[in-house]
Amino acid sequence: MQEIRNYTMNFGPQHPAAHGVLRLVMEMDGETIVRADPHIGLLHRGTEKLAESKPFNQSIGYMDRLDYVSMMCNEHAYVRAIETLLGIEAPVRAQYIRTMFDEITRILNHLMWIGSNGLDLGAMAVFLYAFREREELMDVYEAVSGARMHATYYRPGGVYRDLPAQMSQYRESPWHKGNDLKRINSWREGSMLDYLDAFTADFPSKVDEYEELLTTNRIWKQRTVGIGVISPELAQQWGMTGVMLRGSGVEWDLRKKQPYAKYAEMDFDLPVGVNGDCYDRYLCRVEEMRQSNRIIQQCVQWLKANPGPVMVKNFKVAPPSRVEMKEDMEALIHHFKLFTEGYCVPAGETYCAVEAPKGEFGCYLVSDGANKPFRVHLRAPGFAHLSSMDTIVRGHMLADVVAMIGTYDLVFGEVDR
Amino acid sequence: MTDTSATSLSDQLAARFGDTLTLSTVRNETTAELAAADLIAVATALRDEPAFRFSELIDLCGVDYLGYGQTEWDTESVSGTGFSRGVEGQAMGRFTWAERPRDSNHPRRFASVIQLLSIEHNRRLRLRVFCDDDSMPLLPSLTLIWPSVNWFEREAFDLYGIIFDGHQDLRRILTDYGFVGHPFRKDFPLIGNVEVRYDPEQKRVIYEPVSIEPRVLVPRTIRDDADLMQARAEAADQWREN
Repeated sequence: MQEIRNYTMNFGPQHPAAHGVLRLVMEMDGETIVRADPHIGLLHRGTEKLAESKPFNQSIGYMDRLDYVSMMCNEHAYVRAIETLLGIEAPVRAQYIRTMFDEITRILNHLMWIGSNGLDLGAMAVFLYAFREREELMDVYEAVSGARMHATYYRPGGVYRDLPAQMSQYRESPWHKGNDLKRINSWREGSMLDYLDAFTADFPSKVDEYEELLTTNRIWKQRTVGIGVISPELAQQWGMTGVMLRGSGVEWDLRKKQPYAKYAEMDFDLPVGVNGDCYDRYLCRVEEMRQSNRIIQQCVQWLKANPGPVMVKNFKVAPPSRVEMKEDMEALIHHFKLFTEGYCVPAGETYCAVEAPKGEFGCYLVSDGANKPFRVHLRAPGFAHLSSMDTIVRGHMLADVVAMIGTYDLVFGEVDR
Repeated sequence: MTDTSATSLSDQLAARFGDTLTLSTVRNETTAELAAADLIAVATALRDEPAFRFSELIDLCGVDYLGYGQTEWDTESVSGTGFSRGVEGQAMGRFTWAERPRDSNHPRRFASVIQLLSIEHNRRLRLRVFCDDDSMPLLPSLTLIWPSVNWFEREAFDLYGIIFDGHQDLRRILTDYGFVGHPFRKDFPLIGNVEVRYDPEQKRVIYEPVSIEPRVLVPRTIRDDADLMQARAEAADQWREN
């Protein structure tokens, strides 16, 4: 009789479904997985060590580059940790802006996720639909910070600047012309908040379109229902947070349980799964987009009615305005000190977490009283999730690993740091 | 709403564990410091006992306390030495491997810091365990209590060289295959020790000693300014006015 042995297969790091640079070494019994060993670190940049060598503010930009599809949520965790140690709090308007941008970021992240996960499992069209709306939200990022992705918009003590009063319009080009151009620009006649009003009124119908393509799609359900089932106990043992935990039926969301920024004032619901499989997590994320949309609407309403400062007026932490610098020597000195030496943070340690789109993103910050952090540790949700890969995919088929990588919502910027 | 106040947690911990834990509560965050020998027993109790139920280990990370509180810039007294004090220094990122600081006066350099989360009681707890021996930092592994700690311990081993006794698979995780040293230690230069490039003559990627120089520009400064406190109080007032 012919002898049949298990064989080892290498997946990635150069593979379109590896979501970046995941290398998986799998022991296979035919098409079935016996053991999966993820090799990570191919994108390790030593962010935490770099942050230790720089004044506090200079590392905010690194945070964007961790989970590079939910940029501002990462900044939020880091900035909150600094604020906690400094004992300062951002003005109310800045808190609302942060809440709004956290939710814009959540939609951005979930759009990227639904597109790429669809692509992984053979649904090409969703990607094109999702990126249409993603582009519209990227414009909001650009309008507020000047950068489409790596915004560096949140600062200790508030946000970099107030929301723009005028949304910039598209000029005619080979890609934007005629009625298309008119439609795009009709949203952009007023301020950024008017633009977001138009967007949020329109967005639920767009989510309906994604659902139309996937929710009852037979192939989609065959690829996701009953795949990667995670029990609530297993999810907690493996340190899962966010949708990975809620998909298994545990009602846990930091926005509800340990509210930060202005989440306590927001009215939104928490979607929770039943079976803990890939399909439930898909449904949770889709519903989260609708709920984020609701939160943005509430923030827009508040922000329109309540103008005010967006940064604390503490020149040890926040720079003075250019006008003040031209007239006031104190302001000039503050500016110089802040951008050369930075500010000293009182000795102590803190752990601050935010509900990032992928789960709990935390920042453990130790300061010894210097102008640079003594130790920064960034707790990335993807790192904890990916470590459970071996346990979850054992006994699944090879193609289900791709579904699993998709449902973990991995981004290697944060896993490898 | 479940009880999230840290004081009652700290009281409960003190009543249950007594002198085993050294407790401190700052800004509603409770930290418990304990000896490596007690870690397994305390961790098991924290996970299983109904009063605690820390079902999730959220995070574990290594910390190297070498050089804690050291500065490169004298802010207490006036000096006539001029600008050079700003560009010469021994702190993070400003030395090569040959010039690395070798101060071993700090009692117990390495610690591992654990963040726990109880979903049932909605509260968090931080544990800190120091390694007794700096030359061979050793801690018991928690993999049998919370499986999620597996990769976090591998990371702490990789970056700090902390060895977790009882870990089944203590391999490097973030650094390159065949990497030498533990890069997040405070005496490891920010510029690293080796660089890689493709050598067209040998037709392969080769490792060479680093050619770049340490170039961190901003000195490490500690200020305990009165005006910082003043500014903070002013900011608090301002915020209230808004």
